Amino acid sequence: MPAEQGLTVLVAEDGAVDRLLLAQIVRRQGHQVFTAENGEQAVALFAEKRPQLVLLDALMPVMDGFEAARQIKALAGEALVPIIFLTSLNEEDALVRCLEAGGDDFMAKPYSAVILGAKIRAMDRLRRLQATVLEQRDQITRHHHHLLNEQRVAKAVFDKVAHSGCITAPNIRYLQSPYALFNGDLLLAAFTPAGDMHVLLGDFTGHGLPAAVGAMPLAEVFYGMTAKGYGLAQMLREMNAKLKRILPVDMFCCALLLKISVQRGAVEIWNGGMPDGYRLSADGAVLGCLGSRHLPLGILAPERFDDSTEVLPLAAGERLLLLSDGVVDTADEQERLFGVERLREVLAANRDPAQLFDEVMQALERFGGRPRDDISLCDIRMFSGEDCVPAPTLYSDSGRSSPLDWSLGFELRGESLKRFNPVPYLVQLLQEIHGLRPRTGALHSVLSELYSNALEHGVLGLDSQLKRDVQGFADYYQERARRLLALADGFVRIDLKVEPSGAGGRLTLEVRDSGAGFDVRSVLSRPSLEQDLSGRGLNLVQRLGSCAEWCEGGRCARVRFEW
Amino acid sequence: MTDMHIDHKVLSDLQEVMEDGYLQLLETFLEDSERRLSQLHGAKSADELGMAAHSFKGSSSNMGAVGLAQLCQQLEERVKVRPLYGIEDLINRIDQEYLEVKCFYRGERERVSAN
Repeated sequence: MPAEQGLTVLVAEDGAVDRLLLAQIVRRQGHQVFTAENGEQAVALFAEKRPQLVLLDALMPVMDGFEAARQIKALAGEALVPIIFLTSLNEEDALVRCLEAGGDDFMAKPYSAVILGAKIRAMDRLRRLQATVLEQRDQITRHHHHLLNEQRVAKAVFDKVAHSGCITAPNIRYLQSPYALFNGDLLLAAFTPAGDMHVLLGDFTGHGLPAAVGAMPLAEVFYGMTAKGYGLAQMLREMNAKLKRILPVDMFCCALLLKISVQRGAVEIWNGGMPDGYRLSADGAVLGCLGSRHLPLGILAPERFDDSTEVLPLAAGERLLLLSDGVVDTADEQERLFGVERLREVLAANRDPAQLFDEVMQALERFGGRPRDDISLCDIRMFSGEDCVPAPTLYSDSGRSSPLDWSLGFELRGESLKRFNPVPYLVQLLQEIHGLRPRTGALHSVLSELYSNALEHGVLGLDSQLKRDVQGFADYYQERARRLLALADGFVRIDLKVEPSGAGGRLTLEVRDSGAGFDVRSVLSRPSLEQDLSGRGLNLVQRLGSCAEWCEGGRCARVRFEW
Repeated sequence: MTDMHIDHKVLSDLQEVMEDGYLQLLETFLEDSERRLSQLHGAKSADELGMAAHSFKGSSSNMGAVGLAQLCQQLEERVKVRPLYGIEDLINRIDQEYLEVKCFYRGERERVSAN
């Protein structure tokens, strides 16, 4: 009965008769045999020939079988080289010594060829099993290294993309586990051309690479559309449609998107499926929650997607705290969750905003939670106008084709007023003029301001005095949505006129609306502080343009940029 | 020269297993046994005596010399118990038993080499 495949077998036995007999038995079973007369020879022969199995007499001169077994096992390392002790020892303690020295089995004299054959086959099975285990372990280790390396590369690429924005701006403090990306967490921030700040905290379903792949297209949309001056609603629609199109059905992205507008002293929020964010006073008191009011991105078809946002006032120094579910869902050994209550205790106890993240992490540790690598925390302070200078946008063309003598009239009516925001398109168009590029931010602000004035105060007839407090903000935007829905006629007309002038040029911008107009003189004479909070932003427009005037009873605003 | 000295079943198994090596095995046993006997007589300590008895027991049991193996085992056990008075008697019995089986294994060797 030969074993499946012949093994190499070392026979160490000091008695000539026993050695001869044993070698012959083993050889007849299809194995290759090396023989040794004592323990020392056996160890030397093992080192030289590396046999797969060893038959070892316990009592031998020079070096006994026990010592030889120890040395052979040490030489064999991780591989299993089974040792069968040959012995007529029948005392219990001698048999125990055989096993303790590394023996795997015994074989008593007189030898039986049948039993020895069976034992060798059994040992061979163990040997193969161990070899398979080792091979698989090494394979897993290799795969693991491979995976980690891929993650490192992916993370390096992604970090370049993610940090192309302004996440390192002085008013943002954030903390993310090193490999949070591979748990689907995503944190992006960027300035709009008008100097507002967009921030996105997202959390894709799933773990590992599948959770990370959606991050790239989302970041692309976020940066691309922010740079072009699109508002939250358009960005959300684009993100949702894109994710819906590319992600499998069971994948989606919880997201909290913010637009922080220093000029309006307000923050615009959309939260789909993320834990509550917090609006904090300068000294850390909780002013309110930014709760989820929507389904996550990538679930609803475009026609059912709800892009409505909330607008809340946010004064300089006030802060927003955003977090991923890794914080509140950290579980202790009894599977209890850290929860919102414990988080709010930490918020209430906080004295120094700079210590807040450390305090949250310490609380999680004290709670006894298993460390999670999907914790994202982001603390954004409302900056004042001088705080932040938007990074200049980079252009790729040479500017030779810069058009300098043209005009354009653009009129939006009825349905178009409900859905369409022309500002990004017009800003894009005006960027063709190199002389205006350094003032893209100002242009964007002025156009946005004039367009929303024309729409909200002109066409819709909303009173800006409403926006005096938090409740007023909410009422104002509710009323805005209601009137927009009911809108049947009315128009906003934008006229652009570009003329060369010496070495530079001049842009004249007129925005007209079908509304009732306003008393230009009385609004402009109000103190500017009041205007910043609830006015028509007329001071802002005057400040940013080369000259600004209102005519036709407040129904037409004319601003000039010269360069 | 029968059952109490030799297990013939063991011997016929041996012949089958050893094939052409059977003759060499017989010769090796005869030479090895002489060496074991002189070790028994020349032992300078109880340990040496015990080792020699242990080895002789192993080879004789493998060769089917059951009587000899039994006596060797008795000696191996006896050595562990002091004092060693009367142990010469046991060694003499081993000598005699070996003389008995030696004739048998020599006969076996003649038989095999004649074939």
